[in-house]
Amino acid sequence: MVAPMLTEKELWRVLEDVKDPEIPVVNLVEMGIIRSVTREDERVTVIITPTFTGCPALHTMQGDIATRLKQAGFSDVKVTVTLSPAWTTEWITEEARAKLKDFGLAPPPRHTGDFELVLVESAACPYCGSHNTRINNTWGPTPCRILYYCDHCQQGFEQFKPL
Amino acid sequence: MENDLKDALAARLLAMGDDEAILGHRDSEWCGHAPILEEDIAFANIALDEIGHAQVWYALHAELLGEDAASYPDELVYRRSAGAFRHAPLLELPKGDWAFSMLRQYLFDLYESVMLAKLADSQNESIAGAAIRIGREEIYHRRHTQTWVRRLGLGTEESNSRMQTALDALWPHVMELFRPLSGDATLIEVGILPNLGDVQTVWEAAIRPWLTESNLAIPEAIPSNYTRTHHTKHLATLLDDLQEVVRLYPEGSW
Repeated sequence: MVAPMLTEKELWRVLEDVKDPEIPVVNLVEMGIIRSVTREDERVTVIITPTFTGCPALHTMQGDIATRLKQAGFSDVKVTVTLSPAWTTEWITEEARAKLKDFGLAPPPRHTGDFELVLVESAACPYCGSHNTRINNTWGPTPCRILYYCDHCQQGFEQFKPL
Repeated sequence: MENDLKDALAARLLAMGDDEAILGHRDSEWCGHAPILEEDIAFANIALDEIGHAQVWYALHAELLGEDAASYPDELVYRRSAGAFRHAPLLELPKGDWAFSMLRQYLFDLYESVMLAKLADSQNESIAGAAIRIGREEIYHRRHTQTWVRRLGLGTEESNSRMQTALDALWPHVMELFRPLSGDATLIEVGILPNLGDVQTVWEAAIRPWLTESNLAIPEAIPSNYTRTHHTKHLATLLDDLQEVVRLYPEGSW
């Protein structure tokens, strides 16, 4: 099979179809997880980086990327994992942040490297917008989420952990 | 890379991976048994992080040996005998009560934070990159466990006494973390590894005031008789559990 004539820019667009397995409203490109896409003749190489090193979704992500590229006509796909440079929540795009909020997951606070500082600030509740909130647990259903409680609308919510 | 240097680096990476894997396994034993649900979730996540970190160091170890970085870590964890593990025996001790597990985790988290901060400047780029990556996650661990140490130390008479008992049992073992492996000197010379004596100095300067302010008395430093190459009897029992399925079904896959 001859691989389709897609430019790298078009490949990026194809990869925007690959959703985050644990947060299906955002894709792996806007989360900053896909770091590079290169094409050499028939072969496509994708480099990804995990949000957390022990992220249990990593293998699913690798498989989903390969599946999507195969659907697009590429049979020779390689998905490799890199740890450096280290992923940071600063790579999540503004658009993805808005999607996280609509999903009920407070976006990670912006920081300039020292994220310990922003942890002492209260998160805005994604449901009512109040800052009258408190941390219940720095871990949630996945390593990348913090459990909060909103004392204004009396609801629990999750925040994407700043990293 | 010269052979001496390569062997020394492989040995150090294996020790770092083993530290994380064995502690991660002990931590995971609390899953479903922690005192409260929130804590069960938190500590299970910490266990998951440590096992993730083990994978990182094992993968670098595998690459150095020309082994497959994806499958070799499983070989290391599931198919090695007790004598081949190189973690500090501190980490294989049974999980004990909540005070014991929280304190051990704190002692190790702080050691790891100091080590990783120094490894971030390592002359080996892969190690430096991994250290930065892992170091960020460790900030959350340290915040969590240091709070528990403070809370139990300053809590009730019972919580303080449990914490003190844990400290008395753990303290002789902490020196195991700082005792160098035979090849470490070679790595320090070329700037791949920091001097473990320096790591210990920074660690002690941070840990002593925290323990004292948590109303805990730091015991005299009498080192344990155990080392990364001489383990306690508890390791064999731990591996009986960890490797049980693989021993029963050597060819199984899932």
